[in-house]
Amino acid sequence: MIRVLLPAHLKNLAHVTGEVRLEGVTGPAGAVTQRSVLDALEARYPMLLGTIRDRHSGKRRAFVRFYACEEDLSNESPDAPLPEEVVAGKEPFIVLGAMAGG
Amino acid sequence: MTGVRVLVGTRKGAFVLTSDGGRGDWTVEGPHFGGWEIYHLTGSPVDPNRLYASQSGGWFGQLIQRSDDGGKSWNPVGNDFAYAGEVGEHLWFDGTPRPWEFKRVWHLEPSRDDPDTVYAGAEDAALYLSTDGGLKWTELTALRTHPTGPSWQPGAGGLCLHTIILDPTRPGRIYTAISAAGAFRSDDGGDSWLPINKGLRSGEIPDQDAEVGHCVHHITQHPSRPDTLFMQKHWDVMRSDDAGANWREVSGNLPSDFGFPIAVHPHEPETIFVVPIKSDSEHYPPEGKLRVYRSRTGGDEWEPLTKGLPQSDCYVNVLRDAMAVDMLDPGGIYFGTTGGQVYHSADGGDSWASIVRDLPPVLSVEAQVLP
Repeated sequence: MIRVLLPAHLKNLAHVTGEVRLEGVTGPAGAVTQRSVLDALEARYPMLLGTIRDRHSGKRRAFVRFYACEEDLSNESPDAPLPEEVVAGKEPFIVLGAMAGG
Repeated sequence: MTGVRVLVGTRKGAFVLTSDGGRGDWTVEGPHFGGWEIYHLTGSPVDPNRLYASQSGGWFGQLIQRSDDGGKSWNPVGNDFAYAGEVGEHLWFDGTPRPWEFKRVWHLEPSRDDPDTVYAGAEDAALYLSTDGGLKWTELTALRTHPTGPSWQPGAGGLCLHTIILDPTRPGRIYTAISAAGAFRSDDGGDSWLPINKGLRSGEIPDQDAEVGHCVHHITQHPSRPDTLFMQKHWDVMRSDDAGANWREVSGNLPSDFGFPIAVHPHEPETIFVVPIKSDSEHYPPEGKLRVYRSRTGGDEWEPLTKGLPQSDCYVNVLRDAMAVDMLDPGGIYFGTTGGQVYHSADGGDSWASIVRDLPPVLSVEAQVLP
């Protein structure tokens, strides 16, 4: 189970209150990656399509950031494995708006 | 007539203002989509409970919201605004080529006869069509790929397609305007486009007779005279009586002919309204006096309308989509300011009152008469 924390605007858009819990997230070769988490998130909440990353290129929107385990993963490869704590559900994968763009 | 609904888009959300036909007491609802920029909020002419909103923001991009119950509830619909085919390039501010890049939807124009059909005008300039209530958007590529497209340059607000007029009598005729490319007309539903900028004079470009490159701010039309168009350009108020083939200046005695919105009286096709702004850099009314100017002669001769409007120390602007009329009798006129006030007149502009005074900066105003 993957825990995802969304910023307030996206929680409103997806009609969720607390954190999102995604089951059965797997990427290529079984690895849990930024891409596989976002794929699963957008499949469950299609209204989020295009709000976190470009619908076609998959590129992260400029003023969106990804954090986990007190690390900034925004510029990591979308296909890099996420930290074990995120994969184990101990730590959330955090999506947030940067300190700009509002 | 049970009343009127005024749809207000602002920098930080949408507001819905309602009143009965007397338009004396108003209810203010909102903000909807708090924190988001609502460039445009509008309703279907054939189903006033069908509303569309363009919701955007720097963090999370573009969404389109739809309401089927007059704004009580909303649901996001499609936001896939892809450029079809080869993307191509236009000119950047510095004159270098730059690929088209979608940024936001400035204007939504619902069909006059089908609530599920709606057009969207985008930045960077492109025209989109949805025929399923906003779920799926298809670009009408002939406009962006017009042979003049590679020479289009953005205005200060971006390379935005901000005006869409669906001709009320001639099927397939569409007018659009793009800053700072100019005005265009299609007579075949968007399959081909003709620049209609003859007679425009723009000091900011070297060739006064250029086919494109004019910074058109807004165009309006009265449905009873579809071949007559009124335009507020960067500078100059213009008029065409031949569907845009030729334009002539009708700025007349205006204190400044710079401005953004222009509107036609709902029942008097030769009565038009503008809000002069001092200059291209001084985006506030001359002398700090907020004056709507009315011409009852289709231009050239203008009178200031001041009753109920601040006549000292007023330095707000009125943006291009922030003026609207209702079809009640007597007709109502509305406008919103960058200072967050929404003013209305229920007597053709003779007197004005504020409906609400402290909203975020107003981006758009539309008025609906409720059955």
